[in-house]
Amino acid sequence: MGLQAVFFYLFAFVAVASAFMVISARNPVHSVLFLILVFFNAAGLFLLTGAEFLAMILLVVYIGAVAVLFLFVVMMLDIDFAELRSGFLQYAPIGALVGLIVAAELIVVVGGSVLSPQAAKSITMPIPSAVERTNTAALGDVLYTHYVYFFQVAGLVLLVAMIGAIVLTLRHRQNIKRQDISKQVARTPATAVEVVKVKPGQGL
Amino acid sequence: MQIGLSHYLTVSAILFTLGVFGIFLNRKNVIIILMSVELILLSVNLNMVAFSSFLNDIVGQVFALFILTVAAAEAAIGLAILVVFYRNRGSIAVEDVNMMKG
Repeated sequence: MGLQAVFFYLFAFVAVASAFMVISARNPVHSVLFLILVFFNAAGLFLLTGAEFLAMILLVVYIGAVAVLFLFVVMMLDIDFAELRSGFLQYAPIGALVGLIVAAELIVVVGGSVLSPQAAKSITMPIPSAVERTNTAALGDVLYTHYVYFFQVAGLVLLVAMIGAIVLTLRHRQNIKRQDISKQVARTPATAVEVVKVKPGQGL
Repeated sequence: MQIGLSHYLTVSAILFTLGVFGIFLNRKNVIIILMSVELILLSVNLNMVAFSSFLNDIVGQVFALFILTVAAAEAAIGLAILVVFYRNRGSIAVEDVNMMKG
């Protein structure tokens, strides 16, 4: 067994085991932490396939942003998670049955599959060898030329998501002090300062 | 032993199934359901990257990048909706989501 196979089985086993822990952990914080472990091992699998840029993006975007966002929300909301787990096992048997059938079918279908020799002729953008072009550069070559419209649409999707998240969660609370910059700038000495003559020996 | 395409597809199929099973198992907790959706999208990404690598076609990685974008946007919007819902109802149980008007 080569080194690649050892690492493949390591990453795959840890990913699957922690994916199971994600859905079965008692505490949602543990779920998020196991989700981070799944992403980390998936990044390892990506590295094994040669998709180096995507592996690093997976670390930055999924672990750095999405998982931390999940952690933030789980910790911010004051929820009785024990109550949410009531009836946890009610649908577990039928869920496990459906899951096992789906998994068995998928594995039977994809497990024995091999690539058809004709498939090699129908590829559109061959990956250049790693010596002449790094994975990141090769991805950029394709992404910014043939898929530039998709790239811009992806940017728009992120923009809409950002605006949507801000619009949804922003609320203007009453009865709190806010900074009003135009009001501050419009102040003049006449309105801001009052000169009081105080006689000696007397207070105000 | 050579690691082939089918190995990656099997791992991806197991991850996908675990994601679907997670939705069954935690049907009351929206946060875990969102995490299960993330698992499903991750398994799709793994499929894309594996096919890209074994077909020697980089387009699969481009599409995996787009799936990553959509997954990030979906997580952000989903969690924002969750926060707003919690603010209005004080709960995130799925069976409480039964009003069109908050």
